[in-house]
Amino acid sequence: MRLYFKYLGIQLRCQMQHKGSFFLNMIGQALTSLTTFLGVYFMFLRFHTVAGFTFEEVLLCFATVLLCFSAAECFGRGFDAFSRMLGNGQFDRILVRPRNEALQVLGTNVDFTRLGRFLEALAVFAYAIPKCGVAWTWDKAATLLMMLVCGTAVFIGLFVVYASLCFFTTEGLEFINIFTDGGREFGRYPFSVYGGRVLKFFTFVVPLALFQYYPFLYLLGRAQHWWYCLLPPISLLFLIPCRFLWKLGVRHFRSTGS
Amino acid sequence: MIELRGISKTYKVARRNAGFAEAARALFRREYEYVRALDEVCFAVETGEMVGYIGPNGAGKSSTIKVMSGILTPDAGECTIDGLTPWKKRREHARRIGVVFGQRSQLWWDVPVVDSFELIRDIYEVDAAEYKRNLEELTELLELSQIMRTPARQLSLGQRMRCEIAASLLHSPSILFLDEPTIGLDAVSKLAVRAFIKELNARRKTTVILTTHDMNDITALCERVLLIGRGRILFDGSFGELRGLYREAPGADPNASSEELVAALYKEMKI
Repeated sequence: MRLYFKYLGIQLRCQMQHKGSFFLNMIGQALTSLTTFLGVYFMFLRFHTVAGFTFEEVLLCFATVLLCFSAAECFGRGFDAFSRMLGNGQFDRILVRPRNEALQVLGTNVDFTRLGRFLEALAVFAYAIPKCGVAWTWDKAATLLMMLVCGTAVFIGLFVVYASLCFFTTEGLEFINIFTDGGREFGRYPFSVYGGRVLKFFTFVVPLALFQYYPFLYLLGRAQHWWYCLLPPISLLFLIPCRFLWKLGVRHFRSTGS
Repeated sequence: MIELRGISKTYKVARRNAGFAEAARALFRREYEYVRALDEVCFAVETGEMVGYIGPNGAGKSSTIKVMSGILTPDAGECTIDGLTPWKKRREHARRIGVVFGQRSQLWWDVPVVDSFELIRDIYEVDAAEYKRNLEELTELLELSQIMRTPARQLSLGQRMRCEIAASLLHSPSILFLDEPTIGLDAVSKLAVRAFIKELNARRKTTVILTTHDMNDITALCERVLLIGRGRILFDGSFGELRGLYREAPGADPNASSEELVAALYKEMKI
């Protein structure tokens, strides 16, 4: 863990060397998400509720997913850009160093400009938290925090799946983006608005709903069961197959050498 | 002590003829060709030896280095390096070896080289006193004091290579693999790198295995030469013996440079 912070330090110093592109990238990242935000805003100018959720409620959901995604993209960038690392032989270098492979991949590529989105998500939170009509109590605040932490972990898990597949295909498989970028875009609204099947998929296969939809209902006081607030940690189970796939990929790489 | 016994490795390579129709066909039905990159490679290197590893492009030099550094798992054969099998004990083994890939950088591009050194120190968990001692020694021998505060991207190739070599030695490895360390360097830098490797071997008794296409590297540094071609070790002995082998061949030119000599041998051995 200490080593990871050292990696963060050197990455930050690297990126601050080019301060022009650092800030422009950051603003660019924030702007692209702003259009998503405006999409939600204009939707609510026409309709006052979407599937029973008000504007402020949806904003809370939107900010949660955006924050998780941007944090995952910032810290999990190494996995997101992994095909490049395989291509230029950087992964060979990782294998001749006496540390965990995944830790080194995480440390080799951290993209702080992604925090542009992060800041935007925080701004939306600042607006939505007092306005969304949730009576904030300690347990609800803790639930929200868990949603954020577990959500980030699940998105990083998706990046790991993406990276692991690179071992077998060399090129990245863009279809995984349906779950990463797609997850971010779908995640603007509680998953129930897309119907039962989509909700089931995002509950049992790619557990985005476990940190977004169910605990969100708990926050709003509409949950059918009190234990919905405990679902975010369950989503971490998703990391087990991710880890397995990663190990499989590394083994494949070391036996084929490409 | 490095020992390889019967190391074999076969790669699966997709092959197709030129043209769009062929490309489209290959999308569905692919014809593979099996290339034997390493074919029963056997050799042993004593501690403190300096060995030159030569062979034409694609002969299996890099694959051997990858096997010995624990990146690649061979299909068959055994390899023990100071008692460990590299691909089974990757991390433990990694602490004892240094690897320089001449064609790739391990330095962080945008920060001063010394920052990279410090991160590498933390990756290898080198203790402070040892790091200080190594850094001072390497700075002196490789004349790094002027360039250590410069970001890696602003260094010349020769300067950068000196830093790469230093970076691979900060954890005092007992074995050093150099994969084409003099590639693209000017004469001054080449001499500096050679002088350093020689000094390192004399001072620390570091075992050095060096792949190169520059025969002057070999004649300047290595008592012993391994020649690999099409995955097989074809020659193991001194450069003088290699020269002798060539002289016996018909049509040998007694004044041939070492470059011409090796080229003639590659041709003769059909590799």
